[in-house]
Amino acid sequence: IWCLLCCSSVIISVYSAGVIVRGSGKAFFASCNPKICVVGSGPAGFYTAQHLIKDAEVDIYERLPVPFGLVRFGVAPDHPEVKNVINTFTQTAKQSRCSFYGNVNVGKDVSIEELQQAYHAVVLSYGAEGNRTMGVPGEQLAGVYSAQNFVGWYNGLPSCQELNPDLSCETAVILGQGNVALDIARILLSPVDILKKTDITQPTLEALERSQIRNVLIIGRRGPLQIACTIKELREMVNLPDTRPEMVAADFNGVAEALKDVPRPRKRLTELMLKTALDTPGEKEQERRNKASRSWGFRFFRSPVEVLGDPDSMRVVGIRLAVNRLEGEGEGARAVLTGEVEDVKCGLVISSIGYKSVPIDPSVPFDSRKAIVPNNMGRVQHVSGLYCSGWLKTGPTGVIATTMNNSFDTARSLVEDIDSGTLDVSISKPGSQSISALLEKRGVKPVSFSDWEKIDNAEMKKGEASGKPREKLLSVEEMLRVVQT
Amino acid sequence: MAASAAVRSSMGLTLRLSRVIPVCSTCPLYRLNICGNSAASLQRRGSFDSIRTINRHLQTSIGLYQIEEGSSNAEDPDDYVVNIVYIDRSGQRIPVKAKVGDNVLYLAHKHGIDLEGACEASLACSTCQVYVSDAHFDKLPEPVEREDDMLDMAPMLQENSRLGCQIILTPELDGMELTLPKVTRNFYVDGHVPKPH
Repeated sequence: IWCLLCCSSVIISVYSAGVIVRGSGKAFFASCNPKICVVGSGPAGFYTAQHLIKDAEVDIYERLPVPFGLVRFGVAPDHPEVKNVINTFTQTAKQSRCSFYGNVNVGKDVSIEELQQAYHAVVLSYGAEGNRTMGVPGEQLAGVYSAQNFVGWYNGLPSCQELNPDLSCETAVILGQGNVALDIARILLSPVDILKKTDITQPTLEALERSQIRNVLIIGRRGPLQIACTIKELREMVNLPDTRPEMVAADFNGVAEALKDVPRPRKRLTELMLKTALDTPGEKEQERRNKASRSWGFRFFRSPVEVLGDPDSMRVVGIRLAVNRLEGEGEGARAVLTGEVEDVKCGLVISSIGYKSVPIDPSVPFDSRKAIVPNNMGRVQHVSGLYCSGWLKTGPTGVIATTMNNSFDTARSLVEDIDSGTLDVSISKPGSQSISALLEKRGVKPVSFSDWEKIDNAEMKKGEASGKPREKLLSVEEMLRVVQT
Repeated sequence: MAASAAVRSSMGLTLRLSRVIPVCSTCPLYRLNICGNSAASLQRRGSFDSIRTINRHLQTSIGLYQIEEGSSNAEDPDDYVVNIVYIDRSGQRIPVKAKVGDNVLYLAHKHGIDLEGACEASLACSTCQVYVSDAHFDKLPEPVEREDDMLDMAPMLQENSRLGCQIILTPELDGMELTLPKVTRNFYVDGHVPKPH
């Protein structure tokens, strides 16, 4: 690093354990110690920070008192191994060059401009907290939810705790066929005894115990070859205890033939779907299906055109679907209306058609059509010193591995800019000192990483009593109360 | 003085002998397949070769006791050694002298190689994807279904992709080269390459 050249008269240990500066070189060193701030503490924020702490001091700001973003609030409760990545992030947070500031709302408690003044660079990694809407009449009826809010509800996101979905109907319809849709179907249909041992919230467990839902339809605009979920989640549905799959065989016409030239992931996924939908099951499997008390299935070539409601109760009683046909093939095939419609009776509608980023601050450019911050390899267009990573950068799709690569990429762009001088780190910046002072003046109390660990321990202790890995605290007030004790 | 030294050395013997043949079947690390201990992997494979190798452990350790207490880094017999090469994301070749039974993911971490293991070897992610040299790819045992499922989600999947956390070194893998996938610099947002989530 070029820092070593300018500080050659001083003994420095530029490694993760911290920096030791001796003698008169202190001023030199402080000026070439880049200070970077990351907004958002999900996988994007943490993976970006991980790659930057080799070259800079990194402060991570997070709106909630608790870190980890979608790893905590998005990953399904029955997928605990996916959450192991929290250990990697915890290691990063505990490095001396990394600091966590929770309970700070960037855009409200502190502006992006103020952060840019305090730090050499700001990385926006705040993800996608909005969702795409169906845009059809009846979407506002009781009993219609966005997948994002539904997942937030069962995962303990404080802002979604008032959802209280009514699960007293027989059929639930999910629009969208990605992994989020399958997660929701699985949570709705899993035997409660299995979910009892996960970190799903207590109110959700109680609602699921009372649930009358026996049939879940997962609906997509296009066909089986365009389905967006992956094989792991499909396999979990196929193997779900006490449930049987119910598909429409005609939906799969021509699918087997089209598999010849298709890449491996799509091929394996489609083969499993075909087997589940079309094959005559063996004796044991047939018996299992006969005994099953719940059912699920994909429905293809259907788009929502209206949510039908009961005029008195203003609750959903059904959904009107347009029948589509496909034009084109493969990933690029388009759904085209045929003019036919079909009504499906249901009491719960969940639209799982995509997350969406929202603008955080007027000073940050935002592309409202694509719902991302316009950027070139993570460098925000037309704004020097501003970067982005994760879903905010590329759009809201991708598993943790994708976000990891994406974030490392942004970190690399940033380090390149430091090395080339494009990003001027020779001027000294106050970093968290000035921001902390601002926050204090405004009555905002940041939550540190060790404060989070208090919350973490409280949740794990609470979970012990019921055999759960943790019992999540469900409100910001509760979380802050634990921090203050 | 002499008495305490004798106690220490006998403790050392006990410790070393008990380390020689660990009872792996009951250990949760073993059952979850995240034990990095080479003896565990040998027991798991249960081949004639591994029984012989466990016996070598036994002989070596007893030999150690007689030579010098406190030395735990004796030279392994040459049969143990598996030389492999990691090629990191910038193309740099990093040769590593490893042992039979080493796990490719944890070995990479031990040598400071940039191979992430987000789910900690529980077959719930694809961050440890590596490309295996053609000459050695077929020498690896077939992936279990769950590994294939995870590989399907990996960015830049190739014919010779495997998950590093599932590769345990055997003598025939000597000379194997493991390439870390390079990160692409272009991501498209218009949705024409939808990714799962």
